[in-house]
Amino acid sequence: MLIDFTECIGCGECVKACQKQNKLGDNPSKDDLSSHNYTVVLKQEGINYRKLCMHCQEPTCASVCPVGAFTKTALGPVIYDADKCMGCRYCMMACPFGVPRYQWDSAVPVIAKCIFCNERVAAGGETACSWVCPMGATRMGRRSDLLEIARGRVERHPDKYVNYIYGETDAGGTSILMLSSVPFDKLGFPMDLGAQPLPSLTWSVLSKIPSIVVTGGVLLGGLTWIINRRIQLDSGALVDPEDSSRPGKGGAK
Amino acid sequence: MKSLHRGIIEEKPLYWIPPVALVILLGLFLTFKRYFYGLGSVTALNDYQPWGLWVGFDVLCGVALAAGGFVLTGIVHLLNFERYKSVVRPTVLSAFLGYILVSVGLLYDLGKPWNIWHPLVMWNPHSVMFEVAWCVMLYSTVLALEFSPVVLEKLGSWRILRIVRALTLPMVITGILLSTLHQSSLGTVFLIVPKKLHHLWYTNLLPVHFFLSAVSVGFAMVILESFVSHHLFKKSLETNVLLDLGQFMVVALMLMLIVRIQDVSFKIGWKNVYDGTIESWAFMTEMACFVLPLLLVFIYRNRMKMGIIVLSAAFTMAGVVLNRLNVSIIGMARSGGFRYFPSWEEFFLSFFLVTMGVLVFILCVKFLPIFPEEPAEEKPAE
Ligand code: SF4
Ligand code: SF4
Repeated sequence: MLIDFTECIGCGECVKACQKQNKLGDNPSKDDLSSHNYTVVLKQEGINYRKLCMHCQEPTCASVCPVGAFTKTALGPVIYDADKCMGCRYCMMACPFGVPRYQWDSAVPVIAKCIFCNERVAAGGETACSWVCPMGATRMGRRSDLLEIARGRVERHPDKYVNYIYGETDAGGTSILMLSSVPFDKLGFPMDLGAQPLPSLTWSVLSKIPSIVVTGGVLLGGLTWIINRRIQLDSGALVDPEDSSRPGKGGAK
Repeated sequence: MKSLHRGIIEEKPLYWIPPVALVILLGLFLTFKRYFYGLGSVTALNDYQPWGLWVGFDVLCGVALAAGGFVLTGIVHLLNFERYKSVVRPTVLSAFLGYILVSVGLLYDLGKPWNIWHPLVMWNPHSVMFEVAWCVMLYSTVLALEFSPVVLEKLGSWRILRIVRALTLPMVITGILLSTLHQSSLGTVFLIVPKKLHHLWYTNLLPVHFFLSAVSVGFAMVILESFVSHHLFKKSLETNVLLDLGQFMVVALMLMLIVRIQDVSFKIGWKNVYDGTIESWAFMTEMACFVLPLLLVFIYRNRMKMGIIVLSAAFTMAGVVLNRLNVSIIGMARSGGFRYFPSWEEFFLSFFLVTMGVLVFILCVKFLPIFPEEPAEEKPAE
């Protein structure tokens, strides 16, 4: 999905369509993402821009979730299974874009974030937001096609756009691409995420665990064996160990 | 000989009952509120800082402070420092209770605690949290087994006791491996937030820091617990043992500090540490808590006294607690826009859980053979 901020007129139709589509209830406060707003339209530096889940190519949320409640589908959406979720909120901590929201006032809370209208998209349709957008500021398409369109626009109108396609490489690339006339960091989008997907940070440690376990196990086992053997030899020479008078555990005998 | 186990419970008047009852009542009320009206009704957590005191203190500190279990069983059963045996049981008991508290704390903190078993069947090996969940589960089982001889002795089930005893060594080794993994993994948990966690704490060595500080505080906790038990249950204090453990603690602390100091020197540079922000103050306080024990031990190296070791252990504990809170709350606050400060309910429920833990510990001491029967049989060291 490509969102061109310069074309957005700030009508907020997408926000309403999203609330209706996802049955989020009508929340009057639309200042930021919340459990009632999978997306919001905000204005800053004289430009309207949208916030929503970026649908990362390698989603951090999916990597950190201990129960695998998030899945990146083949078509792009990062979807969420509330039945699996146990509410640890690690996804909220980890998401580099600060997207997932929580139902803090519910006794049965779930994570709230844009799911790219997965059902509509899977059925071959468009998302509610892109479908309703009167200006075509939000449009659907294949990522590669949209990238080409975006690049074309930036090249043709260097005066209008900042020379950056947000989401092309950020955090390893995202399914949502954004164009803007104002530098993205001025709108609160993190610009320092790098092109490397974040999950590799933890995976580089996690993948070492099997070898740590094997090495550690052999090391500890060997160490114990050597030490106990020496103690046995020693105590054999020194008649019997008085330790047996103790009622405690019989650790090394 | 039995009377030795009694201590405060029978000898002192019952003045402690009303306040404890009050804590329990209020605790139960807040528990009810939390489960029926959601996390937001008792916590100050919000979308910008989804982890607060319960993760930072109940879980992270809880796991770290329960590290005494694996370090002590390690040196006693693997390295065969048999003379520390007398402190093994109380340590294993407190570690076991510690992990139970962590799990109960999690039941409070998880949004849908009834799904806590999901990692058992819904696997995501890419998730650090998944690995931590498994390790904590398995390690709690190991601790239960390590503690079981105490109960079995009491019940007189000698046959099962023999089986459990035969398993001691493999259990200790498994326990050390599992602890190494999850103690360090709690640091790995934060590797995923390179831009959110303040640079004073974010480093790819986080797992190493977490592990080494857990080992240090493991020794510190054994010292502190023995010291407190000495006063609470009128146990004889095995000074030599604690002084020895103090040495272990100091060595672990030095290791940790070397790693951290190198890390800060290369990555941040010491002159950039202080910039007047709350983070730099928190960082320096934390560092001070780790350096002070070393200074104390160094200054008093020839006149080592119980008090010095206990004080050093207390500083170590404070340092580790602060470190966990720094990483999980203070260091994350800026990225969340400083929108979180724990509510009194969060503080109180944490306090409530700790109180329950202490109560159970006291009950166990009263009814089970936790401390050695002949406390005076201490051997002269070497
Ligand atoms: S933006 Fe955040 S919530 Fe959305 S897919 Fe990426 S990591 Fe997940
Ligand atoms: S809160 Fe739910 S979805 Fe998010 S990481 Fe935890 S279990 Fe997964």
